[in-house]
Amino acid sequence: MPHTLAEKILLAHAEVDDLSPGDIVMVRVDTVMANDVSGPVAFRQMEKMGARRVFDPTRVVMVADHFVPAKDARSAALQKRLREWSLDQGVAFYDQGRGGIEHMLLAQEGWIVPGEVIVGGDSHTCTYGALGAFGSGLGSTDIAAALAHGEFWQPVPATIRVRFDGAKRGFVSGKDLILAVIGEIGVAGATNAVLEFVGDGARTLPIDERLAVANMAVEAGAETGLFAADDVTRGYLNGRAKREWDDLRSDEVAEVAREVQIDLNMLAPLVAAPHSPGNVVPLADAVGTPVEQVYIGNCANGTITDLRQAAAIFRGRSVHPRARAIIVPATQAVYRQALREGLLDTFVDAGAMVSTPTCGACFGGGMGVPAAGETAVTTTNRNFRGRMGSPDASVYLANAYVAAAAAVAGELIDPGELIEAPPS
Amino acid sequence: MRLDGRAVTIREDNVDTDVLYPGSYLNVEDPDLMSPHLFEGLDPALRDEMGPDTILVVGENFGTGSSREHVPLAMKASGVSCLVGMSFARIFRRNCLNLGLPLVDCPDAVAHAETGAHVEVDLDGGVVTVNGDRFTSAPMPDFMRAMVDAGGLIPWLRDEAAR
Repeated sequence: MPHTLAEKILLAHAEVDDLSPGDIVMVRVDTVMANDVSGPVAFRQMEKMGARRVFDPTRVVMVADHFVPAKDARSAALQKRLREWSLDQGVAFYDQGRGGIEHMLLAQEGWIVPGEVIVGGDSHTCTYGALGAFGSGLGSTDIAAALAHGEFWQPVPATIRVRFDGAKRGFVSGKDLILAVIGEIGVAGATNAVLEFVGDGARTLPIDERLAVANMAVEAGAETGLFAADDVTRGYLNGRAKREWDDLRSDEVAEVAREVQIDLNMLAPLVAAPHSPGNVVPLADAVGTPVEQVYIGNCANGTITDLRQAAAIFRGRSVHPRARAIIVPATQAVYRQALREGLLDTFVDAGAMVSTPTCGACFGGGMGVPAAGETAVTTTNRNFRGRMGSPDASVYLANAYVAAAAAVAGELIDPGELIEAPPS
Repeated sequence: MRLDGRAVTIREDNVDTDVLYPGSYLNVEDPDLMSPHLFEGLDPALRDEMGPDTILVVGENFGTGSSREHVPLAMKASGVSCLVGMSFARIFRRNCLNLGLPLVDCPDAVAHAETGAHVEVDLDGGVVTVNGDRFTSAPMPDFMRAMVDAGGLIPWLRDEAAR
């Protein structure tokens, strides 16, 4: 029977002869991840299960990233618990200053290889689909079971095939590709499904931008957002992958629930307007909106690619007196790379603030909460009401060019008003 | 399994986990300390409607967003015994089932249930009754049903190990 990529990955991890969408199967995990928020809750649940040790300490990764540096004593206590538990269990642990934001970190450190199943105590675990892996975001009780037994229960998802045709141009980045998809199918459009990205526009997309696309699959309700592994993936994983891997792909005749086509030749920068990632409009329709805060970072768009895009805008310019800009490199390695390339100089010269890697203000955890009545433009993945900490603030989601240009202008503008073309 | 209680209705669609339980309180570990923050970004007055037999009646794609289990933990600690919805977001549905908090998809019942209505949920018959009017709910897959009957993932795993 022909199968999609998602079905093939699950079939290789389940004790069944065959499977199809809607079946519920127990799935073996290759890696389990949790953080300072989901980890401690999972540890309590694991204790209730009577499980004292993890199923395999070499397949467990803990990351302190949400409330780092600790905003208060309670957050510090969570991180202390995470640290001590990790040490006791003998699992990999990335503490603050040694890692960064979980999803970018795990990709960067080679934990994610094509064809594997990774469960994470964070909804943006879908990011791993960028590398052809089945990354599934789960709650803490699911994570507890996966830590204890190395498996989780899984309804087999349908597949929605998203075809990116043509070549993107101008100031369009991966962010705009996924915003276009969410705008097309809606915030619940991929419930009980995975997105699989195909077409020449997908194949030519660099890994950083694939990560940005896959990251927001959950914003359409999808379980994960897959790019089948190819030469771009191979190049990225070379010298990085912790394990051998196979390049699985969907059978051409495999049944999909729906096909969506996005013409990249026609795509211009987009924004998601308040208060939903599905509230997608052309940037051109939002131009002139006054902006008080710009936030460039998070597990979607804090890569070196994003920082280079932002620096191209900030170079020789200043943050508008009305606005402030916060730059959050996703990982320590991205931070160091930005330092070496002089990008941090550019940001500081422009009057932007450079933060340590953290989830921080993206989810209202601290490190840049906007005030009531303010508007923020961010490269993050959610602009739900109150998401950044104030129910009366407005958040626009945008790519790094657009966010940086908003910081310089103090309002949403077309980045083309500041620089002629993106640096090649 | 049969449940009955008093409806508390949330009409909006796509109610996300951030308004149900804001991120700044994710550093709380004890469910009893979570419930004071439930609904904080949506309508804190909903907390005054919670009682030991509350059945939450909700719209489309309820619980969209984060994987934070704090939301169903706080609901359970507040007395919510069941949810009846138009539809639910994937991770939220899992989290509820894993914690033994049943939820049923029954758009017709949602359309008829105002806050204060008497709601009965018959998981075996797939029927939701609102003030005596009967509506058919979507069938729950056997696997999920078994987990709800066991009281959640932890007792279900224990029972599986014993078999």
